[in-house]
Amino acid sequence: MALLPRVAFGAGPATSAVNTTGLAVTDTEVTVGILHSATGTMAISETGSIQAEKLAIEQINAMGGVLGRKIKVIQEDGASDWPTFAEKAKKLLVNDKVASIMGCWTSASRKAVLPVMEQYNGMLYYPTFYEGLEQSKNVIYTGQEATQQILAGIDWITKEKNAKSFYFIGSDYIWPRTSNKIARKHIENFLKLKVVGEEYFPLGSTQFNSVINKIKLTKPDVIFTDVVGGSNVAFYKQLKAAGIDLSKQALLTISVTEDEIDGIGGENIAGAYACMKYFQSLKNDNNEKFVAAFKKMWGDKTVIGDVTQAAYLGPWLWKATVEKAGSFDVDKVAAASPGIEFKGAPEGYVRIHENHHLWSKTRVGRAKLDGQFELVFETADLVQPDPFPKGYQ
Amino acid sequence: MFGDYSIGDLGSIFVMQGFAGLILFSVYVLMALGLAIIFGQMGVINMAHGEFMILGAYVTWLTSNAFQEYLPSLFPGYFFLAMVLAFLASGALGMLVEWGLIRHLYKRPLDTLLATWGLSLILQQAYRSIFGAREVGVELPQWMLGSLKVTDTIEVPINGVFVMCLTVLITVVVAYVLYLSRWGRQVRAVVQNRIMAGAVGINTEKVDRYTFGLGCGIAGVAGSAFTMIGSTGPTSGQLYIVDTFLVVVFGGAASLLGTIASAFSISQTQSTLEFFMSGSMAKVLTLLAVVGILMLRPQGLFALKVRK
Repeated sequence: MALLPRVAFGAGPATSAVNTTGLAVTDTEVTVGILHSATGTMAISETGSIQAEKLAIEQINAMGGVLGRKIKVIQEDGASDWPTFAEKAKKLLVNDKVASIMGCWTSASRKAVLPVMEQYNGMLYYPTFYEGLEQSKNVIYTGQEATQQILAGIDWITKEKNAKSFYFIGSDYIWPRTSNKIARKHIENFLKLKVVGEEYFPLGSTQFNSVINKIKLTKPDVIFTDVVGGSNVAFYKQLKAAGIDLSKQALLTISVTEDEIDGIGGENIAGAYACMKYFQSLKNDNNEKFVAAFKKMWGDKTVIGDVTQAAYLGPWLWKATVEKAGSFDVDKVAAASPGIEFKGAPEGYVRIHENHHLWSKTRVGRAKLDGQFELVFETADLVQPDPFPKGYQ
Repeated sequence: MFGDYSIGDLGSIFVMQGFAGLILFSVYVLMALGLAIIFGQMGVINMAHGEFMILGAYVTWLTSNAFQEYLPSLFPGYFFLAMVLAFLASGALGMLVEWGLIRHLYKRPLDTLLATWGLSLILQQAYRSIFGAREVGVELPQWMLGSLKVTDTIEVPINGVFVMCLTVLITVVVAYVLYLSRWGRQVRAVVQNRIMAGAVGINTEKVDRYTFGLGCGIAGVAGSAFTMIGSTGPTSGQLYIVDTFLVVVFGGAASLLGTIASAFSISQTQSTLEFFMSGSMAKVLTLLAVVGILMLRPQGLFALKVRK
């Protein structure tokens, strides 16, 4: 820290002008909440988001903070338990009066927190790619919604592999089911191709041998998966053990990032395609700086997945919005959000849409032995977020 | 669904599906053996069973890292040493837990449930603090990956065969120890009548400690073996605990044969149903069948006939 230039805080506009609703803003500080699971099953996934948000906040503070005020963080633990998330969100808004919250990961935790955000008028920056079908004045979705994430990837792999048939395997909850529904509509109605199987396994399932046999029997051109959590590891290990060679059998996943590969093992998934908006291996100046700073702060061995990068965007987008609005007031920040750009995003340029989701590119990467992805495709333009897609319901 | 396939295709799928069932069977037996010993012989409901398994998995991970670092030439064989270390580590922790916690609760069997549940939470957080919240990837030697090609269309996963052999070996050893060795006679004597066993000179405290240690040690070996097919993270143990209890309770406590029979019927039902319907539906039907049978036979499939 000593090497960073010293920044004097307190030179911003008067507190009474930028804070008319009693948020925790002083002449020198503004308080922001971080609300993720640091304990429980979801800690596996949410740790990266916490790290990215802390990095962004540290960098913003080193640059002089927001409206001349240093960001102070209050971190709460959602403990992988949805009612706890709601309770902690309420605590952050009502007791701590935070100006915004970076947080939540699973859709279940977001759904639990949403009514609290709306009732007490908070501002949530939510990082995960998710199923869509939601929009709120009080939430900025920095991950992709389902159509944004999936459609371009399916189009690409259909063309690339000359695919005629797809097999879906997912974990049994809202995100895989909604994503697969959108994928099926797209494949059947728009591409006029076939889905030859659609299977769901309870969260935490560890045995996939039967379904792997079914895949061998039906010989689909593409396996499309959204299995999550510990099941993911079991699925790829057993797929490899069953002799399915991912360099020949095309597999497109929307749930495996670099974070998951750490647990799965690069040798078990090499050759698979993943479809999302960010890979650690992306080659651009922003990303190289981001990866270096992230590793410096959190260790050389940490990897950065799609959601981690999306979490990093949260504090930066909030800073840009507050500065445009000239105020920390939630109503003004919400109103100023559409059109906010962030040119320093590791994924490249992003912009907030009217519907509070981000315009972003969709990319396909191919998993390599070392656990990184090699970029094989990206959309030419930013893809418009469409949380309530017509024709896909 | 079979209309479009040749007889040969169907034959090989049938064979591979049979293997899938056998592998699931071995996994269930391996998971449940340790618990069956502890629950069956001691009446202790060990909710921390999954965490003892994961300790074994972490030991395997550490061993694999150590070998990669210091003895890369011996890496292909590290797994065997890792399993022994996993047994020792989980067994030692088990004995410590028995000494510090369980032995004070033998007269209150339901409280062991609460105490071991607490223990499982403590262990989970300990793993998270020590090894980090993220999952770790256990690297396997090359020969354990992939599958054996029996014919052109029949492929058998090597790790599945490995788990099967391991299960047979451990089951035989446990059966020998419990039913043929002197120590096993002592264990059974303590189970049948603790006071009389003590009166004829058996050190019941020591027997308890070693029995608990053995059960936990086997859990450790199971955890070590499962690094081949599943994930290793602080809460991965939770993935196994429900199935494990299901197998033990369905089989009837205090019966090794019951555990095996129950693992066999549950795994075959599950894997056959999974082939014909979706995974979630297969699980529901399996659970319904188990609940139905337990309503008719509350003591489980096999039960010791004892005079009440």
